[in-house]
Amino acid sequence: MWWVDWNPLWLSLQIASLSTIVTLVFGTGFSLLLAWRKLPARHLIDAVISAPLVLPPTVLGYYLLVVLGRNSAIGHGWEWLFGTPIVFTFTGAVIAASVGSLPLVVRSIRLGIEAVEPNLVAAARTLGARPVRVVVTVVLPLAAPGLIAGAMLGFARALGDYGATQMLAGARIDGTPTASIFVMDQLLANHEDQVFAMSLATTVVGVAMLYFANRLTHRLHHHRA
Amino acid sequence: MPSPSLAATIRIRRGEFVLDVALDCPPGITCVMGPSGSGKSTILAVLAGLALPDAGRIALGNEVWLDRAYGIEVPVHARRLAYVFQGLALFPHMSALANVAYGMSDVARPDRSAKAQALLDRVGVGHLARRRPRTFSGGEAQRVALARALARSPKLVLLDEPFSALDRELRAQLTALVRELVAELAVPLVHVTHSIAEARLLADQVVRIERGKVSARGPAAEVLANVASLEE
Repeated sequence: MWWVDWNPLWLSLQIASLSTIVTLVFGTGFSLLLAWRKLPARHLIDAVISAPLVLPPTVLGYYLLVVLGRNSAIGHGWEWLFGTPIVFTFTGAVIAASVGSLPLVVRSIRLGIEAVEPNLVAAARTLGARPVRVVVTVVLPLAAPGLIAGAMLGFARALGDYGATQMLAGARIDGTPTASIFVMDQLLANHEDQVFAMSLATTVVGVAMLYFANRLTHRLHHHRA
Repeated sequence: MPSPSLAATIRIRRGEFVLDVALDCPPGITCVMGPSGSGKSTILAVLAGLALPDAGRIALGNEVWLDRAYGIEVPVHARRLAYVFQGLALFPHMSALANVAYGMSDVARPDRSAKAQALLDRVGVGHLARRRPRTFSGGEAQRVALARALARSPKLVLLDEPFSALDRELRAQLTALVRELVAELAVPLVHVTHSIAEARLLADQVVRIERGKVSARGPAAEVLANVASLEE
């Protein structure tokens, strides 16, 4: 019977959960902005948000280091405000995972928002609703399947992040690696049982999340059809 | 004091198509008729503020909602109107009661449910209050949509062929209900339709649109007698 250190999985779940919340908030904001057809430079903004999809993770990590490192304006300001840097911290890992998964989340939420029937939005407006109320009471509830799908994709992407996290947050956060870094470390150390156990656990978590997300989305569709 | 009339001039160019119309609608029912693509629905969208004309003016009595020449454009949410869409556009994630209460932002929150229920009762679908639109029949959905539109105490009512998918009997029932409700409200109602039968049942006056221009207008009986060529 072998012993497995589950702390990396627990750390990855915490990072992925927080990253999911961050990307849902920012992803919803960006999606609403991009759904507005009169937005200046809409396609350019879309391309910039989607860039992490096409960049090698290490390149993304490098950019994050440049923008958020201790010598950058943002990194300096953060350290001045909170007393700790962004790089090589839990916060850094959440940011790296969030930036990597943001394009997937934005794409899913946008699909959800664009599937909302324009007449429903028009009806809400003629019933006296201002834009914020239209978004909160009509657009977002009806785009819920897109939000759920985005959250799940974002969570899965964040759970498996490797390159960007290692560049910005390092190989260990308070002495613990994330699950994907742990798998690589254990593989290099020839601890195949550890690799197998962690791989199986992350697979089970990921598949279970997707399964429940699919069921929830299906129920929402069925409820409104 | 009598309710104000709607006076509107609208000019829009979309490629080759030009819509250039003037409407004068007193309280009562004005049917805007015309073939598909004549610009009927665009007129309603402009009156509601959902589309912006290149030039035009919309006023209800002294209340100006739009005047392109003076840069006046009252936003959609601030125009007190009722709009029943062709597809009805009931919110599928809300109950009938919540749909009707949605437009009651000027009613105190604790009173909204009771008022929405009273409106649903008034149009004969009080028993649907807790149900969602996917469970409604065509006629029930029309009634809920009417109740929702009228919940705002509108100054102008716009109907965009809401009865087109209904059978003759149900259409007759609903047009009678609309006549009753509009008589109570005493406001102008603009009803877009291509059906002479519907116009005969509803209209006080008729405006016929062809290729973006008004081709006939006047009392319903007079205009309808001259448009027998229109599709029944």
